[in-house]
Amino acid sequence: MSKQLQNNSLIVSASPHIRDIDNIPRIMWAVVFSLVPAGIAGIFTFGYYCLYVIFLSCITAVVTEACVLSLRRLPVVNSIKDGSALVTGILLAYTLPPSAPWYIPVVGSFFAIAIVKHTFGGLGNNVWNPALAARAFLQVAYPVAINSDWRMVPHGVGNLVYNIARTDPEGKLVDAVTRATPLAKEAGAETYHFIQLLVGNVPGCIGETSVIALLLGGVYLIYKRYINWYVPIYYIATVFVLVLILPARVVTPWANNPFYHIFAGGLFLGAFFMATDMVTSPLTKRGLIIFAVGAGVLTVLIRFYSGYPEGVCYSILLMNTATPLIDRFTKPKLYGTTIKRT
Amino acid sequence: MLSLIKSKSKLKTFVGGIHPKEDGKILTTGRKEILSPIPGTVYIFLSQHIGAPAKAIVKKGDIVKKGQLVGEAQGFISANVHASVSGKVIDVVPWLHPVTGVKSPAVIIETMEEDSWAEDINADSDIDHISPEEIRQRIQSAGIVGLGGATFPTHVKLTPPKDKTIDTIVMNGAECEPYLTCDYRLMLDKPHEIIQGLKLVMKCIGCRKAHIGIEENKKDVYALFQDILSGEPDIKVDLMEVKYPQGAEHQLIKALLNREFKPTQLPLEVGAIVINVGTAFAIYEAVKYKRPLIQRMVTVTGDGVEKPQNFLVRIGTPIKQLLEEAKVTPGVSKVVFGGPMMGITQGTIDSAVTVKGTGGILVLRETQLWQSHACIRCGRCIGSCPYGLNPSELSILCEVKEFNQALENNVMECKECGCCTYICPAKRPIVHLIKFAKAEIAKQRVKK
Repeated sequence: MSKQLQNNSLIVSASPHIRDIDNIPRIMWAVVFSLVPAGIAGIFTFGYYCLYVIFLSCITAVVTEACVLSLRRLPVVNSIKDGSALVTGILLAYTLPPSAPWYIPVVGSFFAIAIVKHTFGGLGNNVWNPALAARAFLQVAYPVAINSDWRMVPHGVGNLVYNIARTDPEGKLVDAVTRATPLAKEAGAETYHFIQLLVGNVPGCIGETSVIALLLGGVYLIYKRYINWYVPIYYIATVFVLVLILPARVVTPWANNPFYHIFAGGLFLGAFFMATDMVTSPLTKRGLIIFAVGAGVLTVLIRFYSGYPEGVCYSILLMNTATPLIDRFTKPKLYGTTIKRT
Repeated sequence: MLSLIKSKSKLKTFVGGIHPKEDGKILTTGRKEILSPIPGTVYIFLSQHIGAPAKAIVKKGDIVKKGQLVGEAQGFISANVHASVSGKVIDVVPWLHPVTGVKSPAVIIETMEEDSWAEDINADSDIDHISPEEIRQRIQSAGIVGLGGATFPTHVKLTPPKDKTIDTIVMNGAECEPYLTCDYRLMLDKPHEIIQGLKLVMKCIGCRKAHIGIEENKKDVYALFQDILSGEPDIKVDLMEVKYPQGAEHQLIKALLNREFKPTQLPLEVGAIVINVGTAFAIYEAVKYKRPLIQRMVTVTGDGVEKPQNFLVRIGTPIKQLLEEAKVTPGVSKVVFGGPMMGITQGTIDSAVTVKGTGGILVLRETQLWQSHACIRCGRCIGSCPYGLNPSELSILCEVKEFNQALENNVMECKECGCCTYICPAKRPIVHLIKFAKAEIAKQRVKK
């Protein structure tokens, strides 16, 4: 008889006594991994300065997380290791302009972690997606840096020189254009080829331009079952249909071209990586579909009828706000109460 | 690949549930040998079933024979208990019950004489011309309870209310609990007897049809049963998807008959009665030979034993003896009665003894203590809950002791199958919290 049995030092616990291998760190690190292609595409398109923005954003997120956790007297190391702060850091950086000055990612990440995430109780309790809420905050606090002080990169690859020059304090180059996205109204008649939109060789935020890279990461997450297929699909499909149906306020050659609307701008980044955020989206499948369709409707309404070119950020934040309400009306039905016996 | 998907979709199943990747059955599926040790002392609880405890009819110093009645059922919803060995009654004292965790009266018998049956037992009888009432009576006197784990007295189950018509008997050969193979072994070794038992139940109820459900990982049993039942169209055998909890009443009936009923309702609401294969075998033994339920198949398994295998165990055997036979290794951290999904951990193995409902003893070496985190609202628990509950919300409500809200969210409908807790990436002890809430709610109700 073994010693342990004689000592009666057996563990007593409630069932079940086996657990699935998936845990929060595995999910979060898979998200980090799936975001890598979009980051590489961003750096390839906009230059190495992007890497600096991403790095600053991530470092600030992780450091802020550690500080807040120790202030809240919670285990620091384990929570840092779960990778959730890193995901927020990366996602925030991906929504920033490639030429963002250093304080933009720093202030944004601090706001995302300290205010949006931890004042509501930390991972699992936040109401809004921290990265998106921080991006909205930056848009209001630093409208110039976010909206208009954009330095356009020459079309095509090979802009490294430009971006190195960008670090110069005087920084503004002659070919700099003030335009955040191909969807900007003042972009007017200029259109981009679809191949360009798919590859991501267009102006935009760091991680949002390359549809192929985002799709790669998104499909990986769906394959690993860390996100649902129906949120991105319903979201993108809703935008697609509404762009076809609704009349655009500003008439441009692409105004009612659904492909242009889903490939340009931040829709893919938002649909695959932000609307699918577990914490801030509804629990049930029905709820998630309502959430996705709602976000799609709001995106098109904002793009068509508001002053902002980009609707993805605000539409997801608004649907985050509606999540508890959606949850209340989409509770799962108790087994045996829905179908009559045959 | 396509053919794989096609063949999978043919299998019957239910919505929800989980697929444990390594179900541990491999440890014991190949072991054909069955040990049946005779214990030196047995501890027979008077309460081994749902319902009123039996009343001891023996006293200290009495000599009893194997199969002799030692505890008489009290009322209809109760069950007889019998001596599982021949010997001398040492005492009738409260003993630590392995399932309820509290002390409960038990008859302690020291094995003395040769292992011989009491009088009137073991007589071969003609079961072809037996009356339904006689079948029920023999089942009742044999003290048979549901051996799938719920231990509900079988004679009660076989006495449906007059206003309910039973059209199908469902036999559970799913054995969906990971690690356990006792039903599998029994089905391979005693298929004819099990089917005879099923037919006796059909005769007892007066019902023509029966449906046997077997999980796809037991194809050999499926082939065997199909072979035996080839000339009998009224008894259908079906393969089901390997998924937990496929063997639970609701999921089994959904998969085989496509009928749904509420978690708190009984299968007879939809005209079915579910019996486990182990129970069917016990019924056969009881009706054919008048043998009372004094032994059952138990899987002793897990990484904590060197020789995991199935035992034919006398009711009341100290598990110490079984663990020694299975060569328990040093450094055991957890001993579980039952399977890993719903089994009950034992605080000590010195006093733990088997009861009628013990289908497995799982011995685990390294048990991870999972650190629980706040719910991240991934919704996996909702997807896995076979009863349409919201475990995420329930776990939070139970944690903050909002019992009234938990009641509104159907906490009492939870069957504690453990799917939600298994799948939870935040490792929340959802079943633990729900059990706690149920106990607190019961306490409050008593106070009122």
